Amino acid sequence: MPESAVPVTRPAARGAAQPLVRLSGLKRHFDVSPPWLARVLEGKPRAVVQAVEGIDIEIAPGETFSLVGESGCGKSTVARLVVGLYPPTAGHIEFDGADMGARRSGSDMSAIRRRMQMIFQDPYASLNPRWRVFDIIAEPIRAFRLASSSDEIRQRVEGLLRQVRLTPADGVKFPHEFSGGQRQRISIARALASRPEFLVCDEPTSALDVSVQAQILNLMMELQRDFGLTYLFISHNLAVVYHISTRVGVMYLGRLVEVAPTDALFRRPRHPYTRMLLDTIPDLEMTGRQRMPVAGEVPSPINPPSGCAFHPRCPFANERCKRERPDLLEAEGTRVACHAVAEGRLPAEERSYAAR
Amino acid sequence: MAVADFMRRVADSDIWYSFKSSRVVVGATVVTVFIILAAFLSPILAPHTPFDPATLNLSDALKPPVMFGDDADWSFLLGTDEQGRDVLSSIMYGTRLSLVVGIAATAFAMVLGIALGLISGYVGGAVDAFIMRLADVQLTFPALLVALLIDGVVRGLISVQRHDEIALYVIVGAIGLSFWVQYARTVRGSVLVEKGKEYVQAARVIGLSPVLIMVRHVLPNVMGPVLVIATINLGLAILTEATLSFLGVGLPSTQPSLGTLIRLGNDVLLSGTWWIVIFPGVTLAALVLAVNLLGDWLRDALNPKLR
Repeated sequence: MPESAVPVTRPAARGAAQPLVRLSGLKRHFDVSPPWLARVLEGKPRAVVQAVEGIDIEIAPGETFSLVGESGCGKSTVARLVVGLYPPTAGHIEFDGADMGARRSGSDMSAIRRRMQMIFQDPYASLNPRWRVFDIIAEPIRAFRLASSSDEIRQRVEGLLRQVRLTPADGVKFPHEFSGGQRQRISIARALASRPEFLVCDEPTSALDVSVQAQILNLMMELQRDFGLTYLFISHNLAVVYHISTRVGVMYLGRLVEVAPTDALFRRPRHPYTRMLLDTIPDLEMTGRQRMPVAGEVPSPINPPSGCAFHPRCPFANERCKRERPDLLEAEGTRVACHAVAEGRLPAEERSYAAR
Repeated sequence: MAVADFMRRVADSDIWYSFKSSRVVVGATVVTVFIILAAFLSPILAPHTPFDPATLNLSDALKPPVMFGDDADWSFLLGTDEQGRDVLSSIMYGTRLSLVVGIAATAFAMVLGIALGLISGYVGGAVDAFIMRLADVQLTFPALLVALLIDGVVRGLISVQRHDEIALYVIVGAIGLSFWVQYARTVRGSVLVEKGKEYVQAARVIGLSPVLIMVRHVLPNVMGPVLVIATINLGLAILTEATLSFLGVGLPSTQPSLGTLIRLGNDVLLSGTWWIVIFPGVTLAALVLAVNLLGDWLRDALNPKLR
């Protein structure tokens, strides 16, 4: 991994041997069949959405791993699988060496849950409108019994409020008395309340104004430095991903198509889909430049295309791409799933994005 | 301090403003509060104890209300029935019984409906389908029919005397069982909406049990519509009880509710003693109308789209 290429503002990934989080062969299917009666009477078939179709990721302690992709590619499903909101259809999630799917006692499970938290996308829906901010932030402390007295809870909540640039007096207010950015900071304070090591962030800035987005991102990076946090960051916004990540995984239709360190991905994208995504980033200096237009739509995950799922939209697709699904292969420190790259039909191409 | 704080919050709220600005609502509240107070304070306020046979005197029978007739007696403001019972006192005691039945039946239906709605919405799948089909089936029968059926079954199972003793509970159960559907459906719908929201998922991430999530997070957010339904249904429950009692399958004549009083009065209406039936009828109509007006107002006041 080219450590030297990582800018100093970005937390460097430690070269730890033991990953904090390991996803192996992770799959999640959703049954979206019509109701039983409709299937019987109208002869409709069962339908299954293959939201996540085999994902392998290792996240090292202290790094920020980002998942990017268009809507519906399954990136949010991965986030929900990791924190246990959905059980996986197949595959394993390991946290610090412990298999999340294994049967264990409630207190052991609770000990693992305490160490991972989630920040949600919509700051207007992620806070219970009938609870005061103090109680919202104190809920994890109470649930995990992390404080022995109500005085201690109060101190910790006030400390958390200060950490996210709110005042202790804000604790008595209700969520609707805050702006979107402030609410997201309340969410972050709540997520930090159980002193977790690993935070899953599901598009935490996509519902915010651009100016507020930067505030939240900087706060998250600062907290990462202060507490040694590890992030799994879900986003469709490549500018945000570039700002915050150490490594990036690009998802397409439930599968990873490219995994690379941030700089490598933005400077030398390998997969045609990654190139297409990078071409969509608005760029003032390069107005009028030739772009690869974003052609077509994401195919239905109920009926994914044969072979490489990207082949209907890919300008470099050939017969083999239609027949045979490419594996995620190691290439110059990155992993790419593309026949064209593997066969050398598609040479790497320098991009200017990372230079700015 | 806290009380003053609370009062200020109430005075500043939209609900209070909406309440103040409608004369109909203020009027309905006055009527409701008046009737409720008169009913529940009847042991203190009522001039007679009409269902204590020791205090009855047949020579007082069939006295007309004070403004109608020469042999009127000021201690029987609204006249007496054929056994010398004071109509006003009967109404006060009867209203108390009607209110107790109505409130208890509404509370029973509410608890049952909320519980089934929460389970249905949160668990989903076959459980949800079963509860909702049950609700669909029940909705094909009028509430009155369901109540009649339940009452009939209970009557078949126990002796008449025993039935008179537990008639109150039977009728509360019968009305409650026939009104749960609306609550269950409303709660289920709200739960389906709330369950998908991220604050519920945030609670699941920290490993709270489904029951805790339901009670602490989802329930407070679905109570608004439930309280509106409860207010509107209170009027309906009182009416249903009155109807059942009027039909003679409700409360026995030894503990008459408004409905029983109307039935008893109706029997002698054609003999010219109109006051025995009219006054309980007017009371019932005023009570139900006032409660319904309050329910309608509450529904509109809590609906952000109508503000």
